[in-house]
Amino acid sequence: MSEQIDDLIKSHYAAGFVTDIESDTLPPGLNADVIRFISAKKNEPEWMLEWRLKAYRAWLEMVEPHWAHVSYPDIDFNAMSYFSAPKRDEDRPQSLDEVDPKLRETYDKLGIPLHEQEMLAGVAVDAVFDSVSVGTTFRKKLYEAGVIFCSISEALQDHPELVRQHLGTVVPQKDNYYAALNSAVFSDGSFVYIPKGVKCPMELSTYFRINEAKTGQFERTLIVADEGSEVSYLEGCTAPMRDENQLHAAVVELVALDNAKIKYSTVQNWYPGDEEGKGGIYNFVTKRGVAHTNAHISWTQVETGSAITMKYPSCVLKGDNSIGEFYSVALSSNFQQADTGTKMIHLGKNTRSTIISKGIAAGHGSNTYRGLVRMNPGATGARNYTRCDSLLIGDQCGAHTFPYIESKNPTAIIEHEASTSKVSDEQLFLCRQRGIGEEKAVSMIVNGFCKEVFRELPMEFAVEAGKLLEVSLEGAVG
Amino acid sequence: MLSIKNLHATVEGKEILRGLDLDIGAGEVHAIMGPNGSGKSTLGHVLTGRQGYEVTAGEVTFMGQDLLALAPEERALTGLFLAFQYPVEIPGVSNMEFLKTAVDGMRKHRGLEVLDSVSFMKQAREVCKRVDLDQNFLKRGVNEGFSGGEKKRNELMQMMLLEPHLGILDETDSGLDIDALQLVASGINSMRDSKRSFILITHYQRLLDFIEPDHVHVLGAGRIVRSGDKSLALELEDKGYGWLESEAV
Ligand SMILES: Nc1ncnc2c1ncn2[C@@H]1O[C@H](COP(=O)(O)OP(=O)(O)OP(=O)(O)O)[C@@H](O)[C@H]1O
Ligand SMILES: [Mg+2]
Repeated sequence: MSEQIDDLIKSHYAAGFVTDIESDTLPPGLNADVIRFISAKKNEPEWMLEWRLKAYRAWLEMVEPHWAHVSYPDIDFNAMSYFSAPKRDEDRPQSLDEVDPKLRETYDKLGIPLHEQEMLAGVAVDAVFDSVSVGTTFRKKLYEAGVIFCSISEALQDHPELVRQHLGTVVPQKDNYYAALNSAVFSDGSFVYIPKGVKCPMELSTYFRINEAKTGQFERTLIVADEGSEVSYLEGCTAPMRDENQLHAAVVELVALDNAKIKYSTVQNWYPGDEEGKGGIYNFVTKRGVAHTNAHISWTQVETGSAITMKYPSCVLKGDNSIGEFYSVALSSNFQQADTGTKMIHLGKNTRSTIISKGIAAGHGSNTYRGLVRMNPGATGARNYTRCDSLLIGDQCGAHTFPYIESKNPTAIIEHEASTSKVSDEQLFLCRQRGIGEEKAVSMIVNGFCKEVFRELPMEFAVEAGKLLEVSLEGAVG
Repeated sequence: MLSIKNLHATVEGKEILRGLDLDIGAGEVHAIMGPNGSGKSTLGHVLTGRQGYEVTAGEVTFMGQDLLALAPEERALTGLFLAFQYPVEIPGVSNMEFLKTAVDGMRKHRGLEVLDSVSFMKQAREVCKRVDLDQNFLKRGVNEGFSGGEKKRNELMQMMLLEPHLGILDETDSGLDIDALQLVASGINSMRDSKRSFILITHYQRLLDFIEPDHVHVLGAGRIVRSGDKSLALELEDKGYGWLESEAV
């Protein structure tokens, strides 16, 4: 079967595929030629193209999943374009004055500096030069430490063997529908390698935030922490991203070798759509890490934005004594739907995992926690602690919790706690009677609710995350 | 300072306040007494603008403003404070953060500089001492797991920090042991001055032994049925409300 497809692809190609390699965009539609085009455009090694095609063939035979507690119209994958070069300067806004005032208002509320605002809004100015120089200083410091931090396209040119060794080892091409699609067509993303015993000298953040403005809808991230190394990686941006792509299907793979530690923090604020939920982003992401002996992987995420979110950052605790953690705040207001959670797969002895999930639903939002804790037969003495708290604001929203527990080792211990609370009128009135306006009061209560997760975020991100929730909840009360 | 004229208010369609008149001048202390269910707490809630209480007639002026036209937080910022009969808990929000947010807002409104965390902390600790609450209460969630008496003292602490023009204390004395009662009373007394006024809602003469009221009113079925000086409270203690109800009809 797959051979047949292969032949088909080849024959089509042989028949004279004429897409101009110099062109900037591809017409909508997905076929093997599109993948060849992307790969050629990026000057990828042959094995990479084969890898992509294998993913594409797998994807063709898969069906779109519909098990999550979300609903949305079918996605037409042939109506999308899978490659477009960055916009030319003359097509971009020439100054912030040309940017949607509503967007600017939000930037101001979040306290984002002007030059960063310009970048985020895609203004065609010297902000780009700024970012290049900032990037360069960082790079120098990282280079001295032996850390590799670059786009995955660059990594494929400069460190192809490292990429080849690890790509797809955590999230294989056939893992799931969206991961397969991502593997076939991913545009770009980041690559990080921390050498043995090195503690990365800085949070990998600012540089990336600047980079972020350019990333496409199929992003691929691979982080490899070699034995005994340590890294803290910050993804995302508190500013709402202007993006014309509705579907985002990223893949993030973390490899923590023996005694290594990876901390991955996300603050994500995609455009959630208007008050009725129209035009928002679908965020279907596959994030997973493998922890080898004594390794430690920690996911922290603050999710607002997106019309629909489905993501389950997971840990495969492969080595003995390895540790997995998941701290999450997910907010859905207006008509947003979020179905998120984690999977902790315990394979090794004495592995430990902690899950703290805080779901907030406001307006007509729907928030679902879905988590799997699996203790495999070899997970002797393993432990998991899970707590899922939901906070409801108003009475049109909903929160759901679906914990799945599978234990195949009698010595493993799994603890699960859950709670649902409401922001009551009495609480709001107490705040207002003390002169605290309703929105401020809600954000104070919500921040209090999220404290345990915010504590896990790097300092600067924690402050931003608090502000972000405040802005996101505006208009969600009353 | 506060002038209430012919106030009528309903809760869930039921008329609770039925033509209430009350005038409070600057620096005065008024005690409001009256049987359970007569509308004392309702008055506090209507004045502070709680949702669900609908004013159907009447006027209220506070500090020269039409009080009923203001949102609850604006009323608070104008200097109206209510110590709740049943303070609610806000788990997860630390008392300290809550107080700082409230005081910051109040200072901004009054055109004062916002205190930095260190000086605010110092001030909060002092006030803790004045109401005899351990400093640990600043770190705990707002009223979270506080005993009845601790909640009342926490209310008083908030009033001390916010320094309102008019404090309405709804049964702040109920459920207090005798030492705490004296402490609360001396706390209130220490805040009394020629500008600040209080409404003390209480069932017990014993509070008025410590805080001498300028006026005592009896609320019956949603209006003031009797007003007098402190001797009225003594008379009530003696005879109960029965004799008033027959008079009021
Ligand atoms: N939300 C409500 N829904 C229905 N009835 C209410 C509501 N709030 C108050 N009431 C009613 O209004 C009346 C007055 O209540 P209020 O709490 O003002 O009395 P009170 O004088 O403070 O009594 P107490 O001395 O027991 O504190 C009572 O009959 C009460 O049941
Ligand atoms: Mg009462």
